Amino acid sequence: MHGRLGVILRKREVEAWLLLLPAMALLALFTHWPTIATIVDSFYSTPKARRPSQFVGFENYRQMFDDPIFWQSLTNNLWFALGTIPVSIALALLMALLVNDRIRGRTLVRMAFFTPTILPLIAVANIWLFFYTPQYGLLAQVLSIVGLPDHNWLGSKQTVLACVTIVAVWKEAGFFMIFYLAALQQIPPNLAEAAALEGTSRWTYFRRVQFPLLMPTTLFVLVNAVINAFRMVDHIVVMTKGGPDNASSLLLYRIYQVGFSFWDTSYAAAITVVLLAMLAAIAAIQYGVLERRIHYR
Amino acid sequence: MDQPNPFDAKGPALALETVGAWLLGLLWVLPLAYAIWTAFHPPEYAAHFVLSAPLSLENFARAWIAAPFPRYFVNTTLLVTFILVSQITLGTLAAYAFARYRFPGRDIAFALVLMQLMIMPDVLLVENYKTMGRLGLIDTIPAIALPYIASAFGIFLLRQTFKSIPQELDDASRVEGASALQTLLKVYVPLAKPVYLAYGLVSVSTHWNNFLWPLIVTNSVESRPLTVGLQVFASGDQGIDWSVICAATLISTAPLLIGFLLFQRQFVQSFMRAGIR
Repeated sequence: MHGRLGVILRKREVEAWLLLLPAMALLALFTHWPTIATIVDSFYSTPKARRPSQFVGFENYRQMFDDPIFWQSLTNNLWFALGTIPVSIALALLMALLVNDRIRGRTLVRMAFFTPTILPLIAVANIWLFFYTPQYGLLAQVLSIVGLPDHNWLGSKQTVLACVTIVAVWKEAGFFMIFYLAALQQIPPNLAEAAALEGTSRWTYFRRVQFPLLMPTTLFVLVNAVINAFRMVDHIVVMTKGGPDNASSLLLYRIYQVGFSFWDTSYAAAITVVLLAMLAAIAAIQYGVLERRIHYR
Repeated sequence: MDQPNPFDAKGPALALETVGAWLLGLLWVLPLAYAIWTAFHPPEYAAHFVLSAPLSLENFARAWIAAPFPRYFVNTTLLVTFILVSQITLGTLAAYAFARYRFPGRDIAFALVLMQLMIMPDVLLVENYKTMGRLGLIDTIPAIALPYIASAFGIFLLRQTFKSIPQELDDASRVEGASALQTLLKVYVPLAKPVYLAYGLVSVSTHWNNFLWPLIVTNSVESRPLTVGLQVFASGDQGIDWSVICAATLISTAPLLIGFLLFQRQFVQSFMRAGIR
């Protein structure tokens, strides 16, 4: 490029990079670099007072492979994901359909659904903890009225994971609802009229018209739900600390425990790599497969 | 939104739907209602629901004395303000470059930004803690904020908004001799106001509520935000006093809760706007 035009173009390029610089520098420092450092550190030993960090190859991964608590956290996390994702999405869709109809007090009902979204997970965990408390928690009282025996919901390996899953569903469903609500309101009303003229039933209209048109929203919500399933651990810290006997330990909670209770940072890095790999896989599936199959307007 | 729809429920179906919606709504506010009941009644009524129970503010008084809540409020306010102001400044600059400049490497740079949507700072706890240690920032409010102030989500949202603003307005401003920053401030920022509001509400409530990273990187009253303070308080060794914990929980969520009750519509629309790509 020569002459004045070339100079102007070059000046615009410099300007663009100057505009980007602050954000890119911080992203590099707190996202890109730590991602690479996590991978590198997972191949080194944790530095100790007398033994500096050294290259250990796949030692941390072997430790992970032999660590039953890692496997349990991974399995728990998959069950947690399998519980929260479909249930919170289905509930969100149901909620949106309910408050999209002209029911009495729909503003209030919508507010009730949405309130958990703006409350800190840590605070609602305190409330749910009280809820689940044996003997005088609300659940215990309801059970005693119905005549069922009391149960230590969070103290039992059989029920604890379900209990923390319910809290997550309660927290998320109302948030996902608003995206469905927005999408429902964008469906042209003449589609409903046309369908009604042909004598379509309400259920068929939902299945053949509304649900397919909501697919992009479902994809968006699904990706968010999947990411959240590997990120929501605040309530675990308050309600169970991963217990009893690691029955409610999730991957990120395990990373937190290994990294900041046992200070085994290299082993924590290895578990983080597993989590990062899963997130990368989710991204690949989202961009590679799902986006191509779903019809966009 | 209010056009008649032939599939809207009518008569008994509508009644049934209304009842269903209300029951689900009640179930959804139950935990919060439970906390409010417990916080506003003397401890002996903590889990004892009789209409004759006397109201009391004593739990709030006890909670307020038991932990340095004023300090936590100041910390959280400083934290969310710092994050929001930085996010908006950096996001606006970067979004303008992505929306209106053509330069080699733009697509790669944008992909590098979007990476953060998947790999959030929440996951990189261990390395970010080491970085804060090297920077000598452990146990400070900037340490809590820094990983979040370049926000892929904010850059993406503002880029979409800026792209929808007519290029002619930009050209006209440049012809008049305005610089890039002047054009950004005079043309783009005023037109994107609703998006800033939406983003602001989402950012403030996200960081008001954030817990795990602040828990890790702070260890003193001077830097702890409300969420961490509440947790330290609730897991203290004074035994479990549910009435006081419920009161403390309400104290620390009160600003957001009251804001939400007052500006319910804006909150819902902001979260909606921020989420639709």
